[in-house]
Amino acid sequence: MQKFIQHKGVVAPLDRANIDTDMIIPKQFLKSIKRSGFGPNLFDELRYLDEGVPDQDCSQRPLNTEFVLNQPRYQGCSILLARENFGCGSSREHAPWALDDFGIRVVIAPSFAEIFFNNCFKNGLLPIVLNEDEVDSLFEEVAAAEGYELRIDLENQQVIKPDGKALGFAIDDFRKHCLLNGLDDIGLTLQQADVIRAYEVKRRKEAPWLFCDK
Amino acid sequence: MAGKTLYDKLWDAHLVSQQTDGSALIYIDLQLLHEVTSPQAFEGLRLAGRSPWRISGNLATPDHNVPTTSKERTIGVEGIEDPVSRIQVQTLDDNCDEFGVVEFKMNDPRQGIVHVVGPEQGATLPGMTVVCGDSHTSTHGAFGALAHGIGTSEVEHVLATQCLIAKKMKNMLVRVDGALEAGVTAKDVVLAIIGEIGTAGGTGYAIEFGGEVIQNLSMEGRMTVCNMAIEAGARAGMVAVDDTTVEYVKGRPFAPKAEQWQQAVASWKEFVSDDDAVFDHLVVLDGGSIKPQVTWGTSPEMVLPVDAHVPDPAAEPDQGKSQGIERALSYMGLTANQAITDIQLDRVFIGSCTNSRIEDLREAAAVVKGRKVASTLKQALVVPGSGLVKAQAEQEGLDLIFREAGLEWREPGCSMCLAMNADKLGQGEHCASTSNRNFEGRQGFGGRTHLVSPAMAAAAAIEGHFVDVREFMGQS
Repeated sequence: MQKFIQHKGVVAPLDRANIDTDMIIPKQFLKSIKRSGFGPNLFDELRYLDEGVPDQDCSQRPLNTEFVLNQPRYQGCSILLARENFGCGSSREHAPWALDDFGIRVVIAPSFAEIFFNNCFKNGLLPIVLNEDEVDSLFEEVAAAEGYELRIDLENQQVIKPDGKALGFAIDDFRKHCLLNGLDDIGLTLQQADVIRAYEVKRRKEAPWLFCDK
Repeated sequence: MAGKTLYDKLWDAHLVSQQTDGSALIYIDLQLLHEVTSPQAFEGLRLAGRSPWRISGNLATPDHNVPTTSKERTIGVEGIEDPVSRIQVQTLDDNCDEFGVVEFKMNDPRQGIVHVVGPEQGATLPGMTVVCGDSHTSTHGAFGALAHGIGTSEVEHVLATQCLIAKKMKNMLVRVDGALEAGVTAKDVVLAIIGEIGTAGGTGYAIEFGGEVIQNLSMEGRMTVCNMAIEAGARAGMVAVDDTTVEYVKGRPFAPKAEQWQQAVASWKEFVSDDDAVFDHLVVLDGGSIKPQVTWGTSPEMVLPVDAHVPDPAAEPDQGKSQGIERALSYMGLTANQAITDIQLDRVFIGSCTNSRIEDLREAAAVVKGRKVASTLKQALVVPGSGLVKAQAEQEGLDLIFREAGLEWREPGCSMCLAMNADKLGQGEHCASTSNRNFEGRQGFGGRTHLVSPAMAAAAAIEGHFVDVREFMGQS
């Protein structure tokens, strides 16, 4: 997994609550058996005016010029500023894969849906929860200044504004450790293989029917 | 010390190790696999040179993008017309063959939607932990199990370790008291719950559904309720084990047999919340006042009783909410204050992991029997949840009732719930759907979904617009 230590980038504001995973990456693109290549179809139905199909050349498609990611001032953005319950809906990891493939490294919102939130950490993406007032003021500042950038310092758990003011955020120690070091958590879990085997021995005695062959 | 909730007990029984930072390793008894969220997980295993930890802890079936016409399925996977879907279904077959995972392949009579197949086979058992790369895995919580959706990286993690890194959730009890009126179903109950607590109301919680209404539901009704816990933001929903649970499981192919059965039943009876268990949050609904529900917007929380009118954004004081209502009305092509019963429909879909089991089909068939689908409808689809549900329905003659009424009778799969196969809505079309999500574009680009119960969908198919099924059945 790619490490996440510090990041600085242009912020794009997506001013809408309950952005669901069908919006982030519509179902027709989930037919891929790969983890990459979803970027051109990120927010497909919001970004383009026509209906997207897999493996199509998106450079020729009509753009919805009103959509934030199509506006010239947000080109090259890598931080998405969003509203509450971002990522609700399905468990598709294609959602963080699409964000990552597009170039987004950080999503800031007042709240996230759990499965999406969890999936981000598995892919070196950092979802940051700030309170509603902080998010409101960031929306205002982004709107007021073209090229508005934020700096994210994971070690110190801070979102640093252009004027140097810092907003603190919380993160689980384990997730932070994995992101900072780009750790593969399967490898970490397998270090506990003996503990898992011991659990299985105990459990097999208590509930042998759970270990029957299918 | 306070007693334990059902969720506390499930957590404790599966705790492998606890870290000081609150994260834990929990053991997974059953992982269900399907074609959409597993290929990258199997590929990850291969690339890392890892083998599955315990093959028998997995069960697979293709469901999301299998075609539902018998013509396209006659010759098997090679017959799937969409080449991208064909590769994905073939990849699941290849992966399961390579690693030795038991799979009900596309034309196996036991194939179906994973969340229908697991319980039907007795693969899902009380007291288990069940995961799947699909958010509607919460369905299996109906058995007094801890069941929730996971992402593909976690699918790979479970394949490789049979464990999941997790953090304990908080406990919520949603109690539905009293008794339901005739014509009001499990689907209406769960839609009413989502309307009450909102689409993020359950975030961070494991929800236990209890109260007389839930206790009196069949296992299939409980599955419908737990299925949509995720639409209230809760990854896991569950119902305590009782005689109904045990009766349902008994005799199923993968259920314990002989002396193990007695031992299992004794242990399953423990999977109930203690009387003095403490919940972090309690929600109480009066079952008797729940009416048939219809979603009018683009989030499952945008739901109202069938006799209501869609909201007016001007009447909403909160600016953010008002804009949300306006945007939803615009997408749905509805006007403020329009009566729900005035919404004209283009298609009807009866199916999905929420409502495609035999009782759902019986409920819908009872409504359409001897009647005809409205001539204004372009299509009304019935898609059974599994090959076995289909066979059962055909044995009962339900297929004939549907066909005679003008509904199409299809092969099992997820179908128009998420439109990954050919079954989809056209732009601007309104659909009465027994599925679980009414998000923009969910059932097809520009499609407009209204979530309802099977009985309500069936009544809407006959009338061409929404109608209170209680009046329709002459029971009101």
